[in-house]
Amino acid sequence: MVGLRSGTRDAGQIDQREDVNMGLAIALVLVLLCVVSVIMFSGHYWWFPPLISTYTGYDKQFMLTLIIVAIVFILAQLALGYFVWKYRDRAGRKATYVEGNNTMEVLWTSITFVIFIGLGILGQRVWAQFHFAEPPANAMEVEVTGQQFQWNIRYPGADGQFGRTEAKYVDESALNFVGVDPHDPAGKDDIASINRMVIPVNQPVKVLLHSKDVTHSFFVPGLRIKQDAVPGMTITIHFTATKTGEYEIPCAELCGLGHYKMRGILDVRTPVEYQQWLKKQASQE
Amino acid sequence: MPTVTMPEVEIGPRRTGGGASDFGGGGRDDFRGRGGPHVPVNSYRLGVWFGLGAILMLFVAFTSAYIYRQGLSFDWQPLSPLPILWFNTGVLVLSSLTFELGRRALRQDLTGAFGRWLTMTTIFGIAFLTGQYLAWKQLAASGIFLGTNPHSSFFYVLTGTHALHLVGGVLALAYVLVGAWRQKYTSRECAAVDVTAVYWHFMDGLWIYLFLLLFLWR
Amino acid sequence: MGEPTHAVHVHHAPKGFIRKYIFSTDHKVIGIQYYFLALFSVVLGMLLSVLFRLHLAWPNANWDLLGKLFPTGMAGGLMTPEFYLSLVTMHGTLMVFFVLTTAPQSGFGNYFLPIQIGADDMAFPVLNMLSFWITFVALVVMVMALFATGGAPLSGWTAYPPLSALGKISGPGEGLGQTLWVISLAIFCVGSLLGALNFITTTLNLRAKGMTLLRMPLTVWAWFTTSILALLAFPVLLAGGILLVLDRVGGTSFFIPAGLVVNEQLVNHSGGSPLLWQHLFWFFGHPEVYIAILPGMGVASQLLSTFSRKPVFGYKAMFSAMLAIGFLGFFVWGHHMFISGMSPYSAVAFSLLTLAIGVPSAIKTFNWLGTLWQGKIQFTSAMLFAIGFVSLFVTGGVSGIFLGQTSLDLYLHDTYFVVGHFHMIMGVAALFGIFGATYYWFPKMFGRMLNEPLGKIHFWFTFIGVNAIFFPMHIMGVAGHPRRYSDASNFNYLSSMHPLHEFITVAAIVTATAQLFFLLNFFWSLWKGKKAEMNPWNATTLEWTVPSPPPHDNFGGKLPVVYHGAYEYSVPGAKQDFIMQDSPEKIIEAT
Ligand code: HEA
Ligand code: HEA
Ligand code: CUA
Ligand SMILES: [Cu+2]
Repeated sequence: MVGLRSGTRDAGQIDQREDVNMGLAIALVLVLLCVVSVIMFSGHYWWFPPLISTYTGYDKQFMLTLIIVAIVFILAQLALGYFVWKYRDRAGRKATYVEGNNTMEVLWTSITFVIFIGLGILGQRVWAQFHFAEPPANAMEVEVTGQQFQWNIRYPGADGQFGRTEAKYVDESALNFVGVDPHDPAGKDDIASINRMVIPVNQPVKVLLHSKDVTHSFFVPGLRIKQDAVPGMTITIHFTATKTGEYEIPCAELCGLGHYKMRGILDVRTPVEYQQWLKKQASQE
Repeated sequence: MPTVTMPEVEIGPRRTGGGASDFGGGGRDDFRGRGGPHVPVNSYRLGVWFGLGAILMLFVAFTSAYIYRQGLSFDWQPLSPLPILWFNTGVLVLSSLTFELGRRALRQDLTGAFGRWLTMTTIFGIAFLTGQYLAWKQLAASGIFLGTNPHSSFFYVLTGTHALHLVGGVLALAYVLVGAWRQKYTSRECAAVDVTAVYWHFMDGLWIYLFLLLFLWR
Repeated sequence: MGEPTHAVHVHHAPKGFIRKYIFSTDHKVIGIQYYFLALFSVVLGMLLSVLFRLHLAWPNANWDLLGKLFPTGMAGGLMTPEFYLSLVTMHGTLMVFFVLTTAPQSGFGNYFLPIQIGADDMAFPVLNMLSFWITFVALVVMVMALFATGGAPLSGWTAYPPLSALGKISGPGEGLGQTLWVISLAIFCVGSLLGALNFITTTLNLRAKGMTLLRMPLTVWAWFTTSILALLAFPVLLAGGILLVLDRVGGTSFFIPAGLVVNEQLVNHSGGSPLLWQHLFWFFGHPEVYIAILPGMGVASQLLSTFSRKPVFGYKAMFSAMLAIGFLGFFVWGHHMFISGMSPYSAVAFSLLTLAIGVPSAIKTFNWLGTLWQGKIQFTSAMLFAIGFVSLFVTGGVSGIFLGQTSLDLYLHDTYFVVGHFHMIMGVAALFGIFGATYYWFPKMFGRMLNEPLGKIHFWFTFIGVNAIFFPMHIMGVAGHPRRYSDASNFNYLSSMHPLHEFITVAAIVTATAQLFFLLNFFWSLWKGKKAEMNPWNATTLEWTVPSPPPHDNFGGKLPVVYHGAYEYSVPGAKQDFIMQDSPEKIIEAT
């Protein structure tokens, strides 16, 4: 009965030469995979844009994770390659009957648990800095409103107060993109800007994120931050840019056909230049 | 290291199966009717519970949407329960009752009584559906539609989804009813009856839950 | 329903072509139907991906021929941004739903779960047939969406509202196409639910004598766990889908907030929440990705054991890990929403749970390595794909460790890093599971062997190819490349990545072309392949105790009795290096 059902093909009939090569080939390809990964991730041919923010913890946490993960990745791939090569079917080879090993199970379960949870807990510092810490008292306020497909930036102006907005006042031909209420005195000196967000360097900035149509996402790679701008919600984030220059603000949440060209500029200037810009804008209003 | 002997028709010590209990596998272990046209009846009894599990998840999802949506809005204008809904609820509860009375009759093999109770159940079921439809009509007549406000949206969605499931229940009832008229069921052959009963009572309970959710949790 | 005793189990093969091959209730035929449905979808999905890859690499090139094929989307041979997004959306949707939910689970599961537990069919054969046809209708509707007037849907496979809920005013593709998309998925949910119900009942109820839970092959454990996930997750997507359709056509405001101004038009909706959809979607969506991978894990375990001629290392750890993944999978959905505006406190909880779910995945990986260790490895094509599966699973899994940390996701979310992650682990690891299963079970399903050399060529092209396609994406993500960008040339910091786009596209074209080796092999062997024996791999599970292909009721009217665990390979003292599950040989535990 049993004999009848087993195939005639016996393991021994497998072409030996082919199998030697196959095991070796897999091992080599996996080694190659590790080598290329290491080169790509340490050569920095393409890498994070330079850091321009006080959120310095991000890069540290990333490197820590990268190193731990790289070790595990390489060990796992190499072990796979090694086993496949070492234990390939050869004349006279017999598989050892092992059903498992409880000590090993416990060992690797606890090690991975400690590594994973440890990384997760360490990473919370960066998260807390961004989300749980209150913006510094001297932070300036800027309002950013996403729209298909542009970023509307608004400053409260001299009075430090944003004019109230309502959807019915939106009038794009009059450049009132966010719908500032014309009757609200607080709105009279608001300064609006499209796609260009000018801020002074080393100045904490508090951003009030909105969207007037669909969900967008405010992403400044150099600052290491990203936050969705959700219609119907006001989400507050804060950051401090530490280098002057112009940095791009891509929209990171699919918002329709123009998603790929929804481009803002974070224009970090010296305080003096910033004041000059403000004045100029105010006079144009 | 284990060794092997050959052949002994006997279940060896379970290797990977070392001593674990074997829940549920009994459907065929007794070999009753194997090879013959016999399906272990309890597949249906088991299956209906998993089906209900899925339906439960559907309404759990609706419920969480309901609570979430209510929590964030200023536009929530709760409806008050239409009088007819009380009536419908009563009818549905009655239908469960008659169903149970019918099953009790069946257990004593009173097939005639069973058929009568079941007919009543079906009528009550259809009455409930009609009542729900009337409730919709009344609401619409008073100018409250699906899109009027979030509470009315949920009212229509929840009652509608429930009614759809209940239509399925009525169809199952109708099927059982036909069988009952043909005297197909006995106290031992009643899988279809039991399965339908489980489903029906669940729909009944679900309605009461929805009723409470819609009108207590406003 | 009703009187099941007579309704279903008449053991005559049905007569007539339609009853036998179209509206068949035989789980084997249904399995094959699902398989072909997946095959159609994967080829379509793959062609779409090649098409949009062409655009990414050469955005300004003129493809006259394609322009003729798609007169609106590629008018004059240039791809419009909306057509690009439609292609991506359809690609993702087809792949996730119609390939990865159908082939590994409904396809192979349908065919082999009953045989592997020693049953003659599913518990509810008619329901089984219904599940397939419902799924089929869903596919038809989805393909209709691709050709809908007003453009194919373009909200991505995640269809976030308000974009997906506002209708035509929010742009092309948001009209009829998007509505069809939601309806198709709702139908799909129903089909999958019914299927899952059937799988669970079958596994619990129809096991042959002696097939205890702890003797079930790991594939059965995988299909079983997957079914539970599907049973609990799909209703939630269904609920979300119903609400989304009503927002689109019923004037409700579940997901659409008040006061939106879209395209200068004031939208008349009030008070809904876009995040509500995200919660519902991902409550389904995360279990869904495990629905996609668990069957692959089962197959990998089965194959690694068979072709190492060794028992699965840590059988109990293996199925416990699957159950743990399934269970934890319901509590981590928030990791897709770290950046969404959800409470940052709950994000912390989701993050830690996400990392915890990596632990059972690690257990599985180590046990696969343990299975190979000291084995006697035979490099069949099936085995090559199983080895590739492990490698890809590790590669794709470790990138999840970055994304799972709230802090790192701050930057990586919605970049190509995520695209790299899920292609490695879902796109191709799960696909390698399908390939491995195909090479392994083809002989049983069709009674003929696949051609081994062709299979090996296919493996090498595909393994190296997918690494070449998807590895660079991680680097692009680190450099900050957002996903779903039809053209990166508007941004200065993205332009340096253009060579990578070109490289990826070339790799994709080569890899896609290499799939011809598979398709040729498949269809050639179907008619012309070497006849398969009953047990060509000397494997132990029950499907290898019946003829290839098995008769209508699988076991010829007599159900098997099971005496052994599923992976008794190389038991010392045994006559052969494997003991079939139904072999009466007795293993005596030495003291
Ligand atoms: C088969 C599908 C599949 C699987 C199995 C996984 C597995 C995992 N996924 Fe993935 N994921 C997806 C499919 C999948 N994912 C998809 C489709 C998306 C995107 C959806 C979209 O937005 O379109 C996504 C997105 C996604 C996100 C959201 C990213 C974002 O949008 O910002 C996150 C974040 O936490 C995440 C995390 C994880 C983690 C931690 C695992 C873990 O389970 C992985 C565990 C495995 C390992 C870790 C490897 C093996 C282990 C070892 C070798 C042991 C030792 C390792 C170490 C010590 C490091 N995934
Ligand atoms: C199963 C899942 C799967 C698979 C296999 C693939 C395969 C591929 N994917 Fe896909 N992809 C997704 C799932 C998948 N993808 C998802 C979910 C998204 C997100 C969509 C969104 O953003 O909404 C996405 C998005 C996505 C993007 C991002 C687009 C953007 O954000 O702008 C890109 C970019 O290059 C891409 C490329 C490719 C390529 C080149 C291939 C392939 O061409 C690689 C080569 C092909 C193969 C190796 C498969 C061949 C198999 C067979 C021929 C037969 C198999 C047999 C059976 C199944 C029976 N994909
Ligand atoms: Cu705005 Cu994408
Ligand atoms: Cu997830």
